[in-house]
Amino acid sequence: MQFFGGSEISPSPSVPTTTGNNAHMIYVFNRNGVCLLYREWNRPLHTLNPQQDHKLMFGLLFSLKSLTAKMDPTSAEKGNLGVPQLPGQGCSFHSFRTNTYKLSFMETPSGIKFILVTNPRSGDLRETLMYIYNLYVEYVAKNPLYTPGTPIRCELFNTALDQYVRSIP
Amino acid sequence: MAAIYSIYIIDKSGGLIFYKDYGSKGRMDTNDSLRVASLWHSMDAISHQLSPTTGCSGIELLEADTFDLHCFQSLTGTKFFVVCEPGTQCMDALLKVIYELCTDYVLKNPFYEMEMPIRCELFDINLTQALLKDRVVLLGR
Repeated sequence: MQFFGGSEISPSPSVPTTTGNNAHMIYVFNRNGVCLLYREWNRPLHTLNPQQDHKLMFGLLFSLKSLTAKMDPTSAEKGNLGVPQLPGQGCSFHSFRTNTYKLSFMETPSGIKFILVTNPRSGDLRETLMYIYNLYVEYVAKNPLYTPGTPIRCELFNTALDQYVRSIP
Repeated sequence: MAAIYSIYIIDKSGGLIFYKDYGSKGRMDTNDSLRVASLWHSMDAISHQLSPTTGCSGIELLEADTFDLHCFQSLTGTKFFVVCEPGTQCMDALLKVIYELCTDYVLKNPFYEMEMPIRCELFDINLTQALLKDRVVLLGR
């Protein structure tokens, strides 16, 4: 029996699933900075409370996009630092890596941002993010009971996402 | 065809002390390069907060559509980063070479003041030589 939009289930954080997971956590933001989804599978260290963590993540992405647009060595015409960029305008980054994690980022033309945090040895995860975007389109965007701009509470999406992330090498 | 677009050196408080551009269309003026360097310093610090595990030391590589940014942080907090074409290899080795040149020609220079912009001729000369050698080696592969 399938049903969408389980109302009494809170979206996050979830109980960590199997230990075969390479991904630490995932964030999904809309263009206004609302965190639509946050799921964690493997996060030993929590530095801030969830609200601050989401805001910090969104702020970091905004600033990094601004930085890459300004630093772009192949284009001569650039706006000033800090000017909000439209999705697809200016050079955008798709991943960064530290010694403890790798963050992969993808922004759709509608301004939905997907962020996946994995271990640092992961390869290029752009196709993975594209697949997750397709899952979002199928299970969330096409869900008639889902209001855009609100946190995602679709059980099927969560299950499909967990299953897919478990299969990432 | 330049594999390396530009090199930045930032001191431990985030101020830009060295910036050299090697022929990119996106050359920045002094103010912009200062702003970009400080922004990078702050972003690096924020990335520590978002780490899922302990022991994060900072961003090592940023991959964008048209360039890659490799960063090396010394034990004293000085950051060396280089903007290059996507997929350029051996940038980590180059950053270590630049670090060595900096310690030799800048820090051992008795007239150099800490945290001030680097104005050492020998450093510039040797840096250009190291890059040319690197390019020759890269093209020769």
